[in-house]
Order: sequence, then C-alpha cells, then structure tokens
Amino acid sequence: MSTAVETTDGAAVAVRAQGLGKRYRAKWALRECTFELPAGRVAALVGANGAGKTTLMTVLAGLLDADEGSAGAAGRVAFVSQEKPVYRTFSAADMLRFGARLNLVWDEARARRWLARFEIPLDRPCGKLSGGQQAQVAFALAIGSRPDVLMLDEPLANLDPLARREVTAELLSEVDETGMTVLLSTHVVAELSGVADHLLLLAHGRLLTGGDLDELLGRHVSYTGPRSEAPPALGGIVEARHTDNQSTFLVELPEGQPRPVVAGPWVERPLTLEDYVLAQLEATRKGARA
Amino acid sequence: MEFRIDRSSGLPAYLQLVRQVREALRLGWLGPGDRLPTVRDVVARSGVNANTVLKAYRELELSGLVEARQGSGTFVKAGLGSTDPEVMAALRTRLAVWVREAREAGLDSEDIDALVRSVLTADEGGNQTTSGEGVAVL
Repeated sequence: MSTAVETTDGAAVAVRAQGLGKRYRAKWALRECTFELPAGRVAALVGANGAGKTTLMTVLAGLLDADEGSAGAAGRVAFVSQEKPVYRTFSAADMLRFGARLNLVWDEARARRWLARFEIPLDRPCGKLSGGQQAQVAFALAIGSRPDVLMLDEPLANLDPLARREVTAELLSEVDETGMTVLLSTHVVAELSGVADHLLLLAHGRLLTGGDLDELLGRHVSYTGPRSEAPPALGGIVEARHTDNQSTFLVELPEGQPRPVVAGPWVERPLTLEDYVLAQLEATRKGARA
Repeated sequence: MEFRIDRSSGLPAYLQLVRQVREALRLGWLGPGDRLPTVRDVVARSGVNANTVLKAYRELELSGLVEARQGSGTFVKAGLGSTDPEVMAALRTRLAVWVREAREAGLDSEDIDALVRSVLTADEGGNQTTSGEGVAVL
C-alpha cells in the first residue's frame, strides 16, 4: 500500500482506483470506478443516497474487498465512518490510549489539541457525551494516527452549524500542516466551495465525473435567454430547460478553446458547484428512465 | 485583512479571494508594503483550503500586485486605482451626467446596471474578436 505512484502529469497520487467494482449479492453497489486523486488534495465525494459513496470509501480504506478492479492508497489511511464509532464505556482519554496502542504512528499532542480545541471532557465515558462530542473523539483519534490519507464519511452530519464551520477550518489547518490528503463524502454541496478542491461525483454506483473543482466549473457555463432550441455557444448540453418564452442551457464548453463571448439577449452566469452537481444528477436520472 | 467565501457565488473561491484583495487595495485598506495574511492564518480563520489561498496569491503575484518574499510572506507591491486622480474625476463627472440622463429617460438603477454591463460585455467581445480568437454568437 505504500508504493509511491504518479499521475500522468507527474503529481504524486494519494488514492487510485482502477475499474473498481463491489457487489452485494447480485446487486452492484459500485461499478467501473476509475480515478486518481493527487496527493495533498481535499476531495469531496458527492452523490445521492445509495450512490455508493460509503461502499467506495470502505473499499478504498481496505475494510471491504472489491469484487473487481483494484484500489490503492499511498501511505497510511485513516477512515472515520458515518457512525463516528467510539466505545461507550471508554472516556476520551481511554480512547487516546487505545489509539496509541493500535497505531504504529501516533501523535498524542495532535489528538489532544483537537479535543482541547472543541472542549471535549477527557474523563467522561463517551456514552455520556453528545453525538457531536463523540464525533470529535473519533476525529481526534483519526488525526492522532497521522494518516497520509484521511477518509471521512459524512464528517459534518450531526454537527451544528458553528461546529461544522470550526471542524472544517480545523481540518483544513491539519491538511496545511501535515500535507495529508482528504477524501470526504457529503450531501451538503453548498458548503464545499473553498473547502474542497477536487470533486468525485457518484451516481448509481458509477463515477459520473471527477477532477479539479475550479477546472470542472470553469468548463461549464449557464446561459439564459429567449426561448430557443440551441444554446448561444457551442458545446455539450448538460441540461436544457424551457418555459414559454425563456430557455436556460447548461453547457460544457469544448476543451482548449477560448471562452466564447455571448451578448445580445443572452445572459451568461458562472456555475455554482451546487448547480453543476444537481444538473449532473438530474441528467443521470433522466438517462436512467429513458 | 479577513477573507470570506460566498458559497452561493458561482465565482471560484480563489477568484473571490483575489477580488477581495483587489477591493482592499482599491479602498485603501491595503497599500504597498503591507503583508497579506499567511496561508495558514487564512486557512484557520476563514476555513478556506490552503490550495485555494495559494492559487489566489499566485494569481495576484502574476498580475504584479503582490510579491512573495522568501520566508517572510507575501507583500503588496503596487496599489490599485493608480489612474490619475484628475482623469478619474473627469470620468466621474461625465458618468454622473450620463446617469442623470438615463434617469430622466425613465431607467431605474437596475436598468442602468444592465445597460452598463451589456456595453462592457460587447466591448470585451469586440476586443476579443479583433484579436481573431473570440467566437461571438448573437
């Protein structure tokens, strides 16, 4: 698992999946999943319920065997599942001692700093802590193990808005200090701007799209104008919506060409990540029905 | 200075940071010689990805507004709004006359805004077309 690998453009790869598939009985939860995640990135794994996010993370973390294809991560991996597991009878201090025993590499100061930052009592049994506090203990354990790749399944679920913001900032500080790679799954796409710099979009167990976030968004544009059959610029139509007198197109611009200038009755709007994700998911839903 | 990301904006986060620095320069909150916050500070205070901050600082460096000094941080090199104040004042006066005319013609602020933006877009389009690269479609 610790072999150094490189992407096609030379950057080190932290996580790689090649034709990855996972089946539960006859049903494929994950299929033909191929991607490379460059080291040092904060990647968001996004998709509808049941899209295969948890399955993908569990396989990548090595907790579940793939049925086809292969997956690998460079270096040590820490995975925090959605349940943020802690032992109910253990105190936070016990959990840290547990972490120190189980991990070959252990950074006690880092784990303690996380707990102190979120004012988690060290001596109370985890079962007596709130759900949010238990999550912080699980995070502290993962951070303390000094992973090269940190995978978090729905890390912000069950946290209040303030804690979400603080956990995000603290996590990004850890990334900045240690250079680790983060893969986090989430439903709350609107919170990702400026947080994630890489996107993996899953639908029905397949990877719809993946890559650098700014690049993906920069390649797409939304045009609104008078009702018409075609958008005002060339490109792939991701989504077209029409009313009696107005049309809106989400267009993927052709690569390697200057951005077209559109004037006249058309209004051009940059895309938010949420627009993009929703349009992509909507398109697969229509495709699935057809 | 403190950055904030408008997560509902379609503008990429790094460009939002670039814009905020330019705004601070234009408004005089930042001047030549001032140090931008360290990447680490921005990450901790604003919850922004370090890669995003680095990208923004690189962009500002490329446009010649700031310079990175080895080991000591990123510093403002040039101010913005360095246009001759007299020219600025003259432009402003003429614009004010124009705005009054627009109002008399019955345009509200939103109409004026849309009109200005369409002229700006057309002008940018014109510039690109003359360079032979733009794909102008109606």
